[in-house]
Amino acid sequence: MLTGVRFAGLLAATIVLLIAGFLLWRAWPALSTIGPLRFASDDGWFPTADRFNLLPMLWGTLAVTVGAVLIAGPMGVLSAMFCRHYAPPKLAVIYRRMIELLAGIPSVVYGFWGLVVLAPWVAELRPPGLNLLTGVLILSLMILPTVALFADAALAGVSAEHTRSAAALGLSPHATLWRVVLPASSSGIATGVLLGIGRAIGETMAVLMVCGNIVQTPTSLLDPVRTLTANIALEMGYALGDHRSSLFVTGLALLIMIAVLVGAAEWLSRGRLRG
Amino acid sequence: MVSETYNTDRGPFKRVPAKEVFASMVVWGAAISVAAAFTWIVGDLLWHGLPRFSWAFLTAEPLDAGRGGGIAPMIVSSLLILVVCLVVAIPIGLGTAVLLAEFTPDRGRFGWLVRRSLDVLAGVPSIVFGLFGGLFFVEVLGLGYSILAGGLTLACMVLPIFIRAAEVGFRSVDDAHRLASAALGMTRTTTLVKVLLPLAMPGLVVGLVLGIGRALAETAALLLTSGSVDRMPESLTDSGRALSIHIYELASNIPGGQEAAYGSAVVLVMMLLGINLIAGLISHRLLRRGVVAV
Repeated sequence: MLTGVRFAGLLAATIVLLIAGFLLWRAWPALSTIGPLRFASDDGWFPTADRFNLLPMLWGTLAVTVGAVLIAGPMGVLSAMFCRHYAPPKLAVIYRRMIELLAGIPSVVYGFWGLVVLAPWVAELRPPGLNLLTGVLILSLMILPTVALFADAALAGVSAEHTRSAAALGLSPHATLWRVVLPASSSGIATGVLLGIGRAIGETMAVLMVCGNIVQTPTSLLDPVRTLTANIALEMGYALGDHRSSLFVTGLALLIMIAVLVGAAEWLSRGRLRG
Repeated sequence: MVSETYNTDRGPFKRVPAKEVFASMVVWGAAISVAAAFTWIVGDLLWHGLPRFSWAFLTAEPLDAGRGGGIAPMIVSSLLILVVCLVVAIPIGLGTAVLLAEFTPDRGRFGWLVRRSLDVLAGVPSIVFGLFGGLFFVEVLGLGYSILAGGLTLACMVLPIFIRAAEVGFRSVDDAHRLASAALGMTRTTTLVKVLLPLAMPGLVVGLVLGIGRALAETAALLLTSGSVDRMPESLTDSGRALSIHIYELASNIPGGQEAAYGSAVVLVMMLLGINLIAGLISHRLLRRGVVAV
């Protein structure tokens, strides 16, 4: 039986390597003939005319991600604080359940809601309402549960010793929460934020549906953008040759970004265990 | 909850400082706006989607590119993809979870490597899974755009989720059971199958539910692996349009498909909620039975 179990484990562990290997295999032609430099220096993204600048879409991805984290980060932490320390116990249970349900809504449904409900509102500012702002709003709703659930666990994990000492020093509940509990759970919260960033970078369907998908470096919140992920989803169906290969380069870049983020999150949570 | 460890006594006549009032207003404000957004999304889906919802909608073929008719082929495709995914993911996931929880030293290098690679796998964007599945299962293994290719790709996606929950399930079993079983002279295999597996069941069920949730919700990876043919699939090698892809197509590519998209979205969300609910009940009962059996 041990053999069978080992085999299963090995298989599960090699999937990541398999993915990286296959992506590299198909990305290689583009990496060797076009060269990595041209992905940043070419005159725009016109893959059929042999111009492969991925930067505008990288900026698109980063802009949507940063915006979403700026909203979902504080809101998620506040939600967790509400759950743990402000809400009456019964309400806290219901609220936590709601956050879990929010996490379970499929991204395509978020995208659809953004398209039919949110976009017309944003269109009041600039029609047709499919732009960076709509993407940021939708995405922040999507990663809020990740941040909130991690922050919730981090707040719960603060040792009773801390809170008792604070109480012994005569600190009010308010001061205990904001000055003792919150700083003590900061690395757990940071882990949640990092994983939220990972989710935002990798999100495809929702941003595909609400961001407008025009390849350009965004200069305002109301500019339509196209993200790296949306670009793969849009063009994979018909891309050939170097164009196709450069989409695999994009995929490989996304994989590396995620691996770095997961590594950082891991490093953070290990620091927490030691401290 | 707070009062056990916190000093909540303000004395009889002290006023609450303005700073604290402001802080709780900010916290309540954030909580209320999140709840409002949630209500808005779910309420809007139900408001527009429920009128579309009927037995006929669930069992009819789509008409006019999906604007009319029903969603029967998409439900069947979604379920078939899910079955393929689970048939592959459960044995591998169970094996890996057993390996990590029962046969790997906590600080060993092998276990560390497996865990880290699963962590990365859990974070891989779905479109990257799509690229991989479209290349490996569709092209290299020659499965073509098919339910089989989609299901196998999703199996890779749900593995880390299932393994993590299953491992927690096994770890939560009290060591006394392992020792007692060994003292009775049972082999490790018997111990695993007859003792540990039933006791770890709540964890396995949770993992299964989370995996099913991810698989049913997945869209981007399926775009590049199972395709979007909206006919009733006749075999696993046929292309099948999953419910999630149907929503995307109706919302983004078919003018006038909005009403049908609402209907499909309600069905998808209700499927996810239903599975969550059933699993909650099952794991609750199993947990109780497990406790009683002890």
